[in-house]
Amino acid sequence: MLERVLIIVAVLAVASLAYLWWQRRQGKVTHIDDAEVFPAAGAGIELAARATFIQFSTPTCARCPGTRRLLHQVADGFPGVGHAEVDAIERLDLADRFNVVRTPTILVVDGAGYVRARMSGPPSREDAIAALDEVPPVDYSI
Amino acid sequence: MAIDIQLDPRGVRFGAAVSLLVALVAVVLGPTLAGLLVTATLALLFVPGAIWGPQSTVQAALFKTFIRPRLSAPTETESSLPPRFAQQVGLACAVVALVFGLVGLPVGFFVGAGFVVVASFLNAVFGLCLGCEVYVGFKRLVAAR
Repeated sequence: MLERVLIIVAVLAVASLAYLWWQRRQGKVTHIDDAEVFPAAGAGIELAARATFIQFSTPTCARCPGTRRLLHQVADGFPGVGHAEVDAIERLDLADRFNVVRTPTILVVDGAGYVRARMSGPPSREDAIAALDEVPPVDYSI
Repeated sequence: MAIDIQLDPRGVRFGAAVSLLVALVAVVLGPTLAGLLVTATLALLFVPGAIWGPQSTVQAALFKTFIRPRLSAPTETESSLPPRFAQQVGLACAVVALVFGLVGLPVGFFVGAGFVVVASFLNAVFGLCLGCEVYVGFKRLVAAR
């Protein structure tokens, strides 16, 4: 009996550590080297000049509305940055192609349509701004 | 059969705490007659949630009667569909534990019941719904077939 209780305590301690490790990685920016093109036109999305946050959501996702509000705000604060949402269940083909396993997942797509970074899980404001660093603004002299 | 309604997340977490307690008792008792009866109870507690959603469970009725009146209104709500999926996973694990216990394979009993302990612990303590997190991945798997 005591042995079982001790095993349960140990298993739950490991589960807690695993959770805390996972929690710290939530929404962190992953840089993408071999950028793929996101079929924006096919998804009915108009890309912004510098970067677009393309958020995969589901109607049943608890944390998606908060992420939508945050990304809208961040996008408003930077010129040439936009935000668009894709229903991952309606567009399972896109979820498959970009390996979305959970929502929200956000692809950061540059003005030419290339996926330059991604975030899995709800990002913080700092994460969202850091993601924009992956797509620096283009300088025009004239 | 299952309609998408909005739930108070605290109610879902309370339900997970109830599942956690029952699953803990089952694991501590082990695959004995008493332990198997507790495991059967655990499976039965999951059934309404797996069919209609967490709002239809005994745990939800307890929450509505004794706890909800003492709380302020929820600041946000969540869809019932992912936690319903999680209840189906919980039901499957409890049934696996029960079947292995009945045929005399303790390892299967402890794996099934242990999974319910871990998943409901993470939900009750941290608010992480394992079943909800893998919902999109699960839909993709089903669609791929």
